[in-house]
Amino acid sequence: MKFEDEPVPGYSLPILPGHVSPGRLERVLRAGKFAITSEIDPPDSADPAEVLKRAAIFDGYVDAINATDGSGANCHMSSAGVCSLLTRVGYATILQISCRDRNRIAMQGEILGGAAMGACNLLCLTGDGVQAGDHPQAKPVFDLDSISLLQIARGMRDEQRFESGRRIETPPRIFLGAAENPFVPPLDWRPLRLAKKVAAGAQFIQTQYCFDIERLRDFMLKVNDLGLLEGPDRVFILPGIGPLASARSARWIREHVPGVHIPDAVIARLEGAENQKEEGKRLCMDLLHEIREIPGVSGAHIMAYRQEHSVAEIIETTGVLEGRVPWYPGRDDPKALNPESPDALQL
Amino acid sequence: MHRVRRWVVRHARLFEMIYRRFEPALVKLAPVWRRLGHERVEAPVRVVEKAAKGALFDCQMCGQCILSATGMSCPMNCPKTLRNGPCGGVRADGHCEVKPEMVCVWVDAWEGSRRMKQGDLIHAVQLPVDHRLTGSSSWLRVVRQRDGTSSSTVNRETTR
Repeated sequence: MKFEDEPVPGYSLPILPGHVSPGRLERVLRAGKFAITSEIDPPDSADPAEVLKRAAIFDGYVDAINATDGSGANCHMSSAGVCSLLTRVGYATILQISCRDRNRIAMQGEILGGAAMGACNLLCLTGDGVQAGDHPQAKPVFDLDSISLLQIARGMRDEQRFESGRRIETPPRIFLGAAENPFVPPLDWRPLRLAKKVAAGAQFIQTQYCFDIERLRDFMLKVNDLGLLEGPDRVFILPGIGPLASARSARWIREHVPGVHIPDAVIARLEGAENQKEEGKRLCMDLLHEIREIPGVSGAHIMAYRQEHSVAEIIETTGVLEGRVPWYPGRDDPKALNPESPDALQL
Repeated sequence: MHRVRRWVVRHARLFEMIYRRFEPALVKLAPVWRRLGHERVEAPVRVVEKAAKGALFDCQMCGQCILSATGMSCPMNCPKTLRNGPCGGVRADGHCEVKPEMVCVWVDAWEGSRRMKQGDLIHAVQLPVDHRLTGSSSWLRVVRQRDGTSSSTVNRETTR
């Protein structure tokens, strides 16, 4: 799918009627297409070329790229830094803000700064506890939770006010997102908690890794019954998936990464395979096929940590984009600057 | 005490009833509080409130109590001090991501809320904590709100 006006790197698209942001992700979702997002693991480096290299892996396969914000409570390049670099060459990005590391003064400033740099999708997260990462000695901030962050961000956009009530001259035109984990307790509360996030302003949801399709089906049924998938304030749901590298790594993730639910049957399937890595990819493709068939699902978020190159194969093989080629720098003009070259950044 | 706290959650309905009688009584005494002066009674009331709620709920004196909307499980005992429900890190056995030995404050809250008459208050979006109120009496704040004498900065109603 092509839009009449594809981006000129560094410039914002016009905001279509019924849209809140100038971004491509919102356009694709509201056009009813199956959207694909993926994420960049920001480098432990101050090298901009490294960021562009990591983004280019997804060229032609994803509608927006999440830049994680200290994921797993580990220190990396900031999400705003990564997004700023990527929007300069025209990528659609999802800025992540975790409540763990900053108070409301810093977070509201980040939302304005991010929007000014063209990061027009915002994912509001609570964040993993500091005990999970490489700096367990750090102070956990948690001045806000993800729901109050959503509410404040919506107020900044729609009422042009900071939480304090002070006026914002030009509001951030952002599409608001949140995470949800339908796979951990209290299971019967999760759909209602999603409703709370929608009430606070969430317009798209990216879920934690799904390895249990039955739980997702059940969750989606209830979300649909709550009426969250209809009307102008509807929410778009993108379940998270990803390839597991081996049964051993699946076990490790289950024990060490907070909130990832991997059923025993999944581990048994990997263990029984001759080539566990290939089987992990096939499992991910099977899940993507099944997710695509669940009513109300709007896309998928692929988290292929350290297997980023497999994202192309997963999407190509499953054909979920139905021939659509999401925009990337150089798609329409192969002579355009190679974004991997630092010249593209006009540094 | 974790054990007392969990007992309270299992009897959330009883505590809801008690508080629904207690609050109007407290508000009825508003003229008394006014005559004595809110500043003067703040310290002794704070001590009583802290002792009573500390023993029962492990109250952290945030000064803007929402126990009636959280199944009588104090959200300030959540290591992330979340006010709007559980994070995505809850373990399969319902325990906390950060403190594996503790049942998630919000798993308890959900259980407690299901026992309460007005348990659906748990679905209300809560405003972020006003850190200026930390350590102050939530009871006197309720009196000031109901009595209409509160200043605008303290009178931050919960959005429902």
